[in-house]
Amino acid sequence: MAVAPNMRSSWPRVWAGIAGAAGAAVLLLVLVFGLHRDPGAIPSPLIGRQAPEFVLPLFDGGTLATPALRGRVVVVNFWASWCVPACYEEAPHLQRIWDRYRDRGLTVVGVNIQDQDRLARDFIARFGLTFPNGVDRLGTISIDYGVYGVPETFLVDRKGRIVHKYAGAVTEEMLVSEIEPLLADADGASP
Amino acid sequence: MAHRHNDRAWRTGVALLIAVTLLAAGIAAAKDPEARAQAIAAQLRCPVCQNESVADSPSELAAQMRTLIRAKVAAGETDQQIVDYFVSKYGEWILLEPPRRGPLWIVWLAPAVALLGGAYLAFAYLRRSMVGREVGTLKR
Repeated sequence: MAVAPNMRSSWPRVWAGIAGAAGAAVLLLVLVFGLHRDPGAIPSPLIGRQAPEFVLPLFDGGTLATPALRGRVVVVNFWASWCVPACYEEAPHLQRIWDRYRDRGLTVVGVNIQDQDRLARDFIARFGLTFPNGVDRLGTISIDYGVYGVPETFLVDRKGRIVHKYAGAVTEEMLVSEIEPLLADADGASP
Repeated sequence: MAHRHNDRAWRTGVALLIAVTLLAAGIAAAKDPEARAQAIAAQLRCPVCQNESVADSPSELAAQMRTLIRAKVAAGETDQQIVDYFVSKYGEWILLEPPRRGPLWIVWLAPAVALLGGAYLAFAYLRRSMVGREVGTLKR
């Protein structure tokens, strides 16, 4: 007689237990997923979009306006002299990319941000950088590219679209594997 | 006659109230540019900081962002246009508060759901223990 009501009332409790356990498992999965993500990796919404245009005052005088580079593959590199060691590591690689591809339709552009003029010039002299390099004094170019640290490097195809963003030091090898197919696409008629 | 007089006074009062409210709203909407820039900066996450807003961060990038926000305010852009600009460059990551839509509602609703669930459990537990005590009293 006393058994029947007990059984009836224990079922909701079992379901509540199952629901609670399932909820806890889902929460745990979310937390584990969060632990395995790199909080420093911010995905750029700019990939696949037109690269923002800019006019850059160059260290060696004159200016560079990006619309003039349309039809060329462009490597836009944001850097600073205080960015140690990543900017120091990648500078020779960027120079080699420039030497290797400048006659095949590629331009490397250095954009110096949050820096001091003298220190920036010392950096350029130290690595003998010969590609166009200029300063983004107000930070408007870097914000337009969604830059959150240095170095960051954007690869722009012949049509002016951003195809890749690198956060951290780039190497010649990394860039070559992406650049070759973009240059092979001679008429810029990629889909 | 007196009634009609009262009615007119009442209507005048309401009209006056509406006028004052509209005026106050107008003043609030046209609040000074620096306050607007500050409010926008407070909504944005500083990209080089840990959970700090663009308004609070002493970093150079945040300072440049504040300068840019002021320039955009001065150029006549709306608050929404300026926030949308930063979202288009940095993604929704830049918003300190997740937008209230789609699956993101979870983060807004989860605390309330947890609170209600906890309250229900506490209530159920208390009721059960009280019923148990009453039954015990009856038995004795």
